[in-house]
Amino acid sequence: MSEMYGKGILKGLGVTLKRFWDTYWEDAIWLFRQVTRGERRYRSPEGIAHRASKNTRGIFTVQYPEEKLPVPEEFRFVPFLVYEEGPNGEKVMRCTSCGICSRVCPPQCIWIVRTTDPETGRPIPDPAEFYIDVDICMNCGLCAEFCPFDAIKMDHDYELASFGRSVYDKEKLAKPVAYYESIRPLNAARENAARAAKEAARFATSAKPEA
Amino acid sequence: MDTNELNAPGYEIPPEVQGQVAITTLDRIYNWGRRASVWPMMFGLACCAIEMICTAASRFDLARFGMEIMRPSPRQSDLMIVSGTVTKKMVPIIVRLYNQMPEPKYVLAMGACASGGGPFKEGYNVVSGIDKFIPVDVYVPGCPPTPQALLNGLMKIQEKISGEHWRTSRWYQKGGDQAEIPIPILGPDLIDPRKVEEYSRRLAESEA
Amino acid sequence: MTAPAPVETLDLAARFPDWVTADARPGYSGWIVEKDKLPDFARALRDDLGYDYLSSVTGVDYLPEGKMEVVYHAYKTTGGPGVVFKVQVARQDPVEVPSLVSIYPGAEFQEREAWDLLGIKFTGHPDLRRILMWEDFAGHPLRKDWREPYFEEEFKPFKSRWPEGKFQMAEDKARLGDNLSFPAGFDPQKKTDFDPEKALYEALRQYQKTESGLETEHLLVNIGPHHPSTHGVFRVAVVLDGETVLSLKPVMGYLHRNHEKIGERNTFLMNMPYTDRLDYLTSMSNNFGYALAVEKLMGITPPERAEYIRVMMAELTRIANHVWAIGFLLNDLGAYFTPMLYAQEERELILDIFEAVSGSRMMCNYFRFGGVARDLPDGVLEKVRDLAFERLPRKVDELEALLADNEIIRSRGIGQGVLTAEDAIRYSAAGPLLRASGIPYDVRRAEPYSIYDRLEFDVACRPNGDIYDRMMIRFDEIRQSLRIIQQTVKQMPGGPIMAVKPAYQVRVPPGEAYGRVEGPKGELGFYIVSTGKSSPWRYHVRAPSFINLTAFGPMCVGQKIADLVAILGSIDIVLGECDR
Ligand code: SF4
Ligand code: SF4
Ligand code: SF4
Repeated sequence: MSEMYGKGILKGLGVTLKRFWDTYWEDAIWLFRQVTRGERRYRSPEGIAHRASKNTRGIFTVQYPEEKLPVPEEFRFVPFLVYEEGPNGEKVMRCTSCGICSRVCPPQCIWIVRTTDPETGRPIPDPAEFYIDVDICMNCGLCAEFCPFDAIKMDHDYELASFGRSVYDKEKLAKPVAYYESIRPLNAARENAARAAKEAARFATSAKPEA
Repeated sequence: MDTNELNAPGYEIPPEVQGQVAITTLDRIYNWGRRASVWPMMFGLACCAIEMICTAASRFDLARFGMEIMRPSPRQSDLMIVSGTVTKKMVPIIVRLYNQMPEPKYVLAMGACASGGGPFKEGYNVVSGIDKFIPVDVYVPGCPPTPQALLNGLMKIQEKISGEHWRTSRWYQKGGDQAEIPIPILGPDLIDPRKVEEYSRRLAESEA
Repeated sequence: MTAPAPVETLDLAARFPDWVTADARPGYSGWIVEKDKLPDFARALRDDLGYDYLSSVTGVDYLPEGKMEVVYHAYKTTGGPGVVFKVQVARQDPVEVPSLVSIYPGAEFQEREAWDLLGIKFTGHPDLRRILMWEDFAGHPLRKDWREPYFEEEFKPFKSRWPEGKFQMAEDKARLGDNLSFPAGFDPQKKTDFDPEKALYEALRQYQKTESGLETEHLLVNIGPHHPSTHGVFRVAVVLDGETVLSLKPVMGYLHRNHEKIGERNTFLMNMPYTDRLDYLTSMSNNFGYALAVEKLMGITPPERAEYIRVMMAELTRIANHVWAIGFLLNDLGAYFTPMLYAQEERELILDIFEAVSGSRMMCNYFRFGGVARDLPDGVLEKVRDLAFERLPRKVDELEALLADNEIIRSRGIGQGVLTAEDAIRYSAAGPLLRASGIPYDVRRAEPYSIYDRLEFDVACRPNGDIYDRMMIRFDEIRQSLRIIQQTVKQMPGGPIMAVKPAYQVRVPPGEAYGRVEGPKGELGFYIVSTGKSSPWRYHVRAPSFINLTAFGPMCVGQKIADLVAILGSIDIVLGECDR
């Protein structure tokens, strides 16, 4: 036991005071950096990155909404469907309504209706309807992980608060391929390369018998 | 509210007194005060509560919105953040807490569970969304919503408060809305007193 | 304790020929004990053979065979493999099995749970009430013939989702338009005078009356489920004499999310993200335990790199959990929020790593059977290195210097809420709670899994078993975890991260497996029974938070009410895991 009472309190106040001091000391350092290198501590990517690094000192707060903590590439929120622009600007869904995502989905929150050919009655690889009940979805990412057509992906947009319950339909879920490539550049590049390789392999095998 | 907003109530201010007087409407100044001092209830249910605590903690700092005072007592809070899975065993308590909050009161359903049942919806002890029992103002999807997503939802609450008018807002009307919500009963299953007739009807129907 | 104890071949059938037979079902192991001999057998196991630690008790409903089985896993606190024994009874109400509470008091809550969810009556149990559901609830939900109101099909995936997936809410399909089912003949309009608390209060009044000569009125106080110091929706009902606790009953189930029932409808892989939501502060550890159990059944081991990544993530989780636990313990001691905010910074930095690796801060869903979901993205290893070598050691020292010899913490912690070593074992306490009582029992050393046998670290242990030791042991464990992380960073091998091709339908051979890991809260076990189908037949979680609470009551009796909050904080529970 310590013989002097109040030592713990003084120590605690000291630690707090040091944090307080650190904030302004860092501000001074950043002022110097701003003058010399044009880097700012607040509301700038380099400032936010610094506050999320091992060297962060003093103030730790990221001032949402003015500043936003950048999300890493793998970040996952609710899923979305990727579409490609057709030649006439129409949306061509990558999804073939194969149903794998709805089968792996743990809480079973994906509903898919297949399109059938009105004449033959045979299914067409294009979803007629696609629903995700966002208020059941657990953001697990399994649908995106196992979709064989890279058609469903996990979004980075988390600002989805609304005044009502959310069930997203096909319209709401569809987002362009360019958006996907912008939020997940590495993944998209890897998948494109894999697809190109597959195409090439198929081309090679299909070309061989003719040769 | 910044000064520009305060100074532009939609009335023309003569040039000679511009910058010297501020004209505003009662609503604006009242709502401004209210929305900058929303006190949430310190009330955590499940995983989402952890993200709620993170929102209040060092990195996201709820205090910037005037919400840092999380009150454990419902009598002192304006906002109930339903942060997590609502179970049948818990719902009577939540309804009671809601009844104890003073008006005007707001409810934010945080996460999939509170909004619509969430991943555990099919479970036998889980309520399919808190809106089956108490009115919800803002829904924040996600499982869990990240702290920034929650902040986004809280800003929606502020937005809602700003849009209210003291003459039309439901809190200042006579009757209806202020009535206490009957507390659900834990019988062989959860019984909502408001719906007993419907249950009986449906039971009779399904037996017929 | 570096080398695991030598495996002795244990032939219980030869030792107890009239009581025990070997479990010969393919894929099963262990011993089947005669129902009436169970207490004698358990006593012999504990006293003569040294299996002093009853880790898990659970029931399985073998509906097709018309049998109910109770499965026990017992271990030695000196380390080494455990013994599994089972009791089988006919599946006819009342299903009765002798209770083991008098031999292994740690079985108390687990037996109550088996009664609540499976309807197995444990004769001789001192307080057999429902534990997760409320008293009037109809039915025993984990029985295979019990169907929840939103029942669609026996196993997922449901046919209604694809190909004719007309979107329909479960409410619209359910018979009562809600998640409800009433027993036949029940009229909701008539009977409304249910009293869910009656049985609880009766049980609470069963305490030893002391003869003080003074006529005093005892006070019944409920803390929670809505209370800032109960760490979630947890409730404690106490009887007080003045400020002294005379009798205490924890009340839980306010977050009972039917994890096991849902888990038995899910396919094996689908359970992985659900395990994240058990102890939501330590999702990586939960993934680890579940993956181990299923891999045991499948007979695969992950490649080297995956093992290193797994261990690194599990230890980061331990640090994140412990800084949180320390912060909240300080909250409970009255240092309102400030230490918590400091601790939170480090946790946030660790969460950044999880987010970069797995995509989510809390719900990582990162482990797969035979490896991990994806390789470490660029830059993550550097970040881990920065934290493990530079920042965290410094910050942990800082935090410890701030807290360790604060006089308030010392006077409220030292000698308060003592759990003796014998009691800790008897009540099946696990993790920091057990080790702070002087028992150096750590699954990572006692029965090493993954690559822990190759890593250098010490089992943190403190002798006194009071609140202060339980706080300090978390600092010790953080330091050991840092050592482990530093080794994994240095030794991280290259190579593949999956032993098998990633697949959403895994083939799991029939049989049973019990996978356990040393989670931050204690021994986390998964008991899985597979019948060869795509979903587990039985999926049980041995939740450390839940079982650690068994010791909570005995620890508090005789203490002041104000210390109750601190004792609870020092156990460090998470309700998601406790109630499941
Ligand atoms: S999103 Fe992918 S997995 Fe789902 S139906 Fe479409 S193609 Fe199949
Ligand atoms: S993220 Fe998970 S829960 Fe959500 S739709 Fe995809 S598979 Fe289902
Ligand atoms: S929405 Fe997800 S994170 Fe939130 S309480 Fe429900 S399961 Fe937990």
